[in-house]
Amino acid sequence: MANATFRIWRGDQGAGQFRDYTIEISEGMVVLDAMLQIQASQAFDLAMRWNCKAGKCGSCSAEINGSPKLMCMTRLNTLPLERPVTVEPMKAFPHLRDLVTDVSWNYQVKKRIKKFKPRPPDAPDGTWRMAQKDVDRVQEFRKCIECYLCQDVCHVLRDHHMHDQFIGPRFLVYAAALEMHPLDVEDRISDLKEQHGIGLCNITKCCTKVCPENITITDNAIIPLKERVVDRFFDPLLKLFRIFSPNGR
Amino acid sequence: MIWPPSVCGLLVTEGVRGEGGVLRNKEGRRFMFDEIPPLYVSQTADNEEEGWRYTQGDKNARRPPELLTRDHVARCIRREVREGRGSPHGGVFLDIAWIKERIPNAAEHIKKKLPSMYHQFKQLADIDITTEPMEVGPTTHYMMGGVRVDAESQMSDVPGLFAAGECAAGLHGANRLGGNSLSDLLVFGKRAGDYAARFAKDNSQGKVNPDELAAAEMRALKPFENAGPAPYEIQYALQETMQDLVGIVRREDEMLQALNTIQELKTQAERAGVPGHREYNTGWHTAIDLQNMIIVSEMIARAALERKESRGAQFREDYPTKNDEYGNFNIVVWKGASGEVKLRREPIPPMPDELKQIIQEMK
Repeated sequence: MANATFRIWRGDQGAGQFRDYTIEISEGMVVLDAMLQIQASQAFDLAMRWNCKAGKCGSCSAEINGSPKLMCMTRLNTLPLERPVTVEPMKAFPHLRDLVTDVSWNYQVKKRIKKFKPRPPDAPDGTWRMAQKDVDRVQEFRKCIECYLCQDVCHVLRDHHMHDQFIGPRFLVYAAALEMHPLDVEDRISDLKEQHGIGLCNITKCCTKVCPENITITDNAIIPLKERVVDRFFDPLLKLFRIFSPNGR
Repeated sequence: MIWPPSVCGLLVTEGVRGEGGVLRNKEGRRFMFDEIPPLYVSQTADNEEEGWRYTQGDKNARRPPELLTRDHVARCIRREVREGRGSPHGGVFLDIAWIKERIPNAAEHIKKKLPSMYHQFKQLADIDITTEPMEVGPTTHYMMGGVRVDAESQMSDVPGLFAAGECAAGLHGANRLGGNSLSDLLVFGKRAGDYAARFAKDNSQGKVNPDELAAAEMRALKPFENAGPAPYEIQYALQETMQDLVGIVRREDEMLQALNTIQELKTQAERAGVPGHREYNTGWHTAIDLQNMIIVSEMIARAALERKESRGAQFREDYPTKNDEYGNFNIVVWKGASGEVKLRREPIPPMPDELKQIIQEMK
């Protein structure tokens, strides 16, 4: 079959350059197949993360022709192969080597979000009752595989480097899954405004576009959370009402 | 999945069959009805109607033959392929789209029940599983053998080394059943963690022997000095050998042949060389992993040779039936003084009364 050339970023801790590798390609190949073939035949020490090769583990995130994608789910027949395919590491995180970045900031962020806190059990046997309709609403958020492509594409993180003020789309989805969980009684609204920087998102929907699990991040997770923050802190009528309300809420 | 080549080996969940998916050969026949192991005849549906009702939650129906144990399904697929009734790319057809004959909105139902399978086939193989069958074949899925651990604490023979899940041995007997891996992890993962924490509290830090440490380091770094072949090629050769000669159906002569090849690959692996430095060097990791893969492959082949019977996932063409005597012991594999693989037969402890009782109650 035909040949294709891959222009891969090689180097350590930010320093490096593109190098071209040409291989023979075959039917059904994805970018990860090409990377593995190059690794096995030409670049034995090519550094990359991958695991399941089926879009389930979220390890092989990279930027393919400039667009954040999972290498394992990007078919070569969806790319123009008459020119080299560029493969680069994610840009929103510190670079380690070749296609590998340090994504540990994400783990630290997750720890800062208040955990799931269920209401007391509904039945004497310690179980709960939930309506299917309420479960359906958060189901979508549970599809997240934590590939961090949404974090990578988000300009607040990628271009403005506001990692210390903004938790990013992935963790707004996580917060939404908890906030909208039918059993959860924790309150994260104040944190979302003060600690998690939800106001920094100006809903350009780039995150939604790159999500390999097709989670409607902006419309279904971020905007409803923004609405809750607005209701709590910026609604003048409610503000007035709260002054006279005995519990202050 | 078996097609296209780049996705060959990707998992197609048993859930597809659980939701009503059926296996057919190229003649369109549901071949799983053709051979049902005597042990399972009473629990298995003998007609398509009953099998369908089972998948739709009818407690009075018996399960369809597609949901027989994995080893049996794998051998049936192999038989169909060998006898020329396979699919174009050397597997058989798994069809869930047919349920549209039974339920309204079948396409939506399939997408909802099997979202990741729908996604996987659509994106990687251009196949819409709501309208057409998938091509599937058997592959390696799970390792029943593993590190010997104490059932209570999950501690191995090496004090302070704990194992749980797929890397630990013994829990699943001769064949793991669907879903049991998760329960294994939850129960025994917790135990391993609890006992490891207790062990750490009760014991002071062990002494590290600096000579052993230096030797291990030297061994680990050797691939950087080697000028031999890339580790990947050796790994692929090992994979192929194990797949072809120690796979679904095993025979003494083939396994002996595999052992010879493994020895050759072992020599090659010792010379495997990689460029670059220690950080995130996948080639180096492969060179190190390869040493372990070779040891494990040899252990599997030797233990399979020793077990001259067919039981669960082990099927011997030369010993096609179960032998009761072999049901009384496990085969324990360990490293001899000069690094050679050694075997012994270890009697299985008698089942505790409380477990016997549970089994009685289940009957």
